[in-house]
Amino acid sequence: MRPKVEVRSLNAWFKANHALRNVSLTVPANTVLAIIGPSGCGKTTFVRCLNRMHELVPGACQSGNVLVDGQDLHARRVDPVNLRRRVGMVFQRANPFPTMTIFDNVVAGLKLNGVRGDYPALVEKSLRQAALWDEVKDRLRQSAVSLSGGQQQRLCIARALAVDPEVLLMDEPASALDPIATARIEELIRQLRESLTIVIVTHNMQQAARVSDSTAFFYMGELIEHGPTEQIFTNPRESRTEDYVTGKFG
Amino acid sequence: MKAHTDKTYDLQLEDLRNKLLTLGGNVETEIATSMRALTERDSKLAETVSGQDREVNRLEIEIDEACRRLLVLRQPAASDLRFITTALKIVVDLERIGDLAVNIAERAIDLNQSPPLKPIPDLSRLADLGQRQVRAALDAFVEADPDKAEQVIKNDDLLDSLYHNLVNELLALMMEDPRNIRRANSLLFVAKHLERIGDHATNVAEMVIYMVRGTDIRHPGSRVQRK
Repeated sequence: MRPKVEVRSLNAWFKANHALRNVSLTVPANTVLAIIGPSGCGKTTFVRCLNRMHELVPGACQSGNVLVDGQDLHARRVDPVNLRRRVGMVFQRANPFPTMTIFDNVVAGLKLNGVRGDYPALVEKSLRQAALWDEVKDRLRQSAVSLSGGQQQRLCIARALAVDPEVLLMDEPASALDPIATARIEELIRQLRESLTIVIVTHNMQQAARVSDSTAFFYMGELIEHGPTEQIFTNPRESRTEDYVTGKFG
Repeated sequence: MKAHTDKTYDLQLEDLRNKLLTLGGNVETEIATSMRALTERDSKLAETVSGQDREVNRLEIEIDEACRRLLVLRQPAASDLRFITTALKIVVDLERIGDLAVNIAERAIDLNQSPPLKPIPDLSRLADLGQRQVRAALDAFVEADPDKAEQVIKNDDLLDSLYHNLVNELLALMMEDPRNIRRANSLLFVAKHLERIGDHATNVAEMVIYMVRGTDIRHPGSRVQRK
């Protein structure tokens, strides 16, 4: 399978805190990678390195390489803003722009990138992809905050999809949602996988098991084990992974 | 072994293990009792086997419930998942062994109504081997010992060849004298039950290997290759 994202000897620091230690892994195109591990293990830092958001934190630095389609993200000619269009991100808490309508939220990224085009058609496409269209098609001009939490999160996914990314990073996208909204997001991940490569951080191990093709277990900044999801949850190779997935940690 | 962060989980797993061991022990007793009833021609003793089996059935239901509860409440992973799914599978085999012991006891009651046939040493040997296989499979489970489980699987060939010898012996008896047919036929059933007991012990052993190593060794060649 063609590698979409390649991470080589990635190290990341917040000032003196060595948050990621020599992490290397590959995510094939059109697959879902789940990142699991206890709080503070470096999961979020890892995904934030994949679209150069880590470097936005004061005092943060990193070494090693992250390649998307073989191109190093830190090569001089790579524009981080353009990169973040190709590598989109969805956060733990739904963060629609509160003063904008549903419609304007979806096209916000397009406007920011100066992309012209048939906005109504793009909005419909993105909202359909995010499995939200049927619920909001009659109230696109209403405020985004009129939506429920689960709908807001899918709106954020639609906003991320509108700019047509190739990789989607999801940091705990369903942790604040009810089980039905969670199931919708999981179903969505399975559909999006047809056209995108997805990296999802989750504390919910059953969710990781359900949606991902491979799973990586991080602990104290190290990648302990990365393998097919089924193997990680039925027969992990590393005893620390075994302890974590069976609930024998700490 | 390292403990779970939630200690109740450990207690529930331990409770499941103990129930399985109790059930296994009861099943062993059932085989021993039914075979003694046969060789000592003791119909009263044979009648006690069905009572023992009722306890086994009760435990089977309890074990199933415990497994379901663990699956839904704990969503187990890795070795816990393999242990619980193994428990769900082997409880069926163990319960079936109990049923076969009841069948042997029923044959014993039937046979005790006619004068004895000549002693058939291979039958006792088959019964000994069957019981040893069940015990060894249970030991392999308790000790999580895949080597012991492999030995059980190997020994099943011995049991099978002993069974085939016995079939020939009993057929010869029938041909010798038609008056032997009814009794020899009953013994043929007993032999078949013992052979099946061996097969169930083998199933248990295969599951023990899965539980410990995470590899399914059953039916090689029939696994669907996944990408």
